[in-house]
Amino acid sequence: MGAVELGISAKMKPEVTSVGPLLAVRGLTKRYGARIGCADVGFDLWPGEVLGIVGESGSGKSTLLSCLAGHLAPDAGSVVFDTSEGPRDVLAMTEPERRRLSRTDWAFVHQNPRDGLRMGVTAGGNVGERLMAVGARNYGAIRDRATDWLGRVEIAAERIDDRPSAFSGGMQQRLQIARNLVTGPRLVFMDEPTGGLDVSVQARLLDLLRGLVREMGLSVIIVTHDLAVVRLLADRLMVMKSGHVVEQGLTDQVLDDPQHGYTQLLVSSVLQV
Amino acid sequence: MTDQAYNFAYLDEQTKRMIRRAILKGVAVPGYQVPFASREMPMPYGWGTGGVQVTAACLTPEDVLKVIDQGADDTTNAVSIRKFFQRTAGVATTEATAEATVIQTRHRIPEAPLTEDQILVYQVPIPEPLRFLEPRETETRKMHSLEEYGLMHVKLYEDIARHGHIATAYAYPVKVEGRYVMDPSPIPRFDNPKLSGSPALQLFGAGREQRIYALPPYSRAVSLDFEDHPFEASKAPHDCDLCGASDSYLDEVITDDQGGRMFVCSDTDHCRCRRAAGHVGRLGAPVAEGVA
Repeated sequence: MGAVELGISAKMKPEVTSVGPLLAVRGLTKRYGARIGCADVGFDLWPGEVLGIVGESGSGKSTLLSCLAGHLAPDAGSVVFDTSEGPRDVLAMTEPERRRLSRTDWAFVHQNPRDGLRMGVTAGGNVGERLMAVGARNYGAIRDRATDWLGRVEIAAERIDDRPSAFSGGMQQRLQIARNLVTGPRLVFMDEPTGGLDVSVQARLLDLLRGLVREMGLSVIIVTHDLAVVRLLADRLMVMKSGHVVEQGLTDQVLDDPQHGYTQLLVSSVLQV
Repeated sequence: MTDQAYNFAYLDEQTKRMIRRAILKGVAVPGYQVPFASREMPMPYGWGTGGVQVTAACLTPEDVLKVIDQGADDTTNAVSIRKFFQRTAGVATTEATAEATVIQTRHRIPEAPLTEDQILVYQVPIPEPLRFLEPRETETRKMHSLEEYGLMHVKLYEDIARHGHIATAYAYPVKVEGRYVMDPSPIPRFDNPKLSGSPALQLFGAGREQRIYALPPYSRAVSLDFEDHPFEASKAPHDCDLCGASDSYLDEVITDDQGGRMFVCSDTDHCRCRRAAGHVGRLGAPVAEGVA
């Protein structure tokens, strides 16, 4: 990893314009006391790229995602995001700036839709919230956008005034995706988006996600323990173990020809039907 | 007269200083909720403990106090608070809006225009306008400090989605001086326009929630709305049945079990003054000599 890392950083160093990576992470470390959450993680995410992070429970992948998304403060490292005003270190931003970023250019899809949705607010209100948060003040326009987005995530328009609690798990997850994508973010963080869904619903959600990612040219960082999900969605893969990145590369390359012992174990652990 | 067992206006001087500091801070930052160490008052929470403490901190022996509850001078809450200050401060009291220098109110702003010499004190049950959308106090404080008020519009959006119009009829949120979003206490939205640019100092006290906030004289308070669903001050589409006023906020009174009802001014002083001036409504009788 170290060699690859150096090569990439050397290549990108002189250019500081938007042709650089969307997100450049260097030496990201988070400790929980003496324990390691994640240690010395570094990668570049390019526009339109989907990066998968896989690993077993406790490998630090959720910690890493929370650090990247600004939900947790890492102990060391930098996360440089290519904002509209040029590359900025997200960790050095003031809180208002970071929060503005997280409701405009960024989106976060939680594993449990209940964490990402307002359960007491209708589907339309949920989708419209981000629009209103960035200043939309025309009810008709907000509602049209909400209807449009419900359609894009395959939720019938007449469900717009229903609350998410009346939705199935798969619909809730799709609603959460609509709510996050409505402001046209450039970078989406996903934490186990298909967790807790049955396989046919999972397949449909993955299909939908793949379509949206390609159509909107989104950059995505997706954390999952499900190798099938990354095989379908991710261009590139990072394998984590005990807080460290043990292997990274193109998805097919990593899954078909795993080099590290842990990756080999992970790939061979998948049940074949 | 003043009961010698109490300090003037019930509270001790140190407490009043503490409350006055909070009031000054509130005036300096219009619409910002200033925490203060609310005291136990000899009345239950929800009966105006916040308003009473603010009033006590503002009163001077020369003040003339008026207390209204839902616009009326003669309801339980108003009568007991008025008596409380008669006994503990010995101040003069009145029912006439124009004569009062301090007016403590619950749920209404008087119809008569206020002046620069008056202080209007509101009793506030829940000072946090975002409370029912975001239950975490840490989060609402952050939203206030970062001016993230999109959620307030989600509430109005939900109203329109469910009822076809903004159905929030009381405690209608306002944005003060382009900065803080404020809950104007449960006044009807009919009164919202009176908040803005009022010559009187408006103070809000929430006893249980331990918050004081303020609208300094002539400050701007804009009711939140959508471009295509603008804010509208609403009232019952009737005239007062006693004084015939068409521009005052009305209470609906059920008069029998046959569906009989009448609409009367909720501001009793306003209604009384109009009737004394000879205005008569649909069911009103001309004021007899010497009654009024």
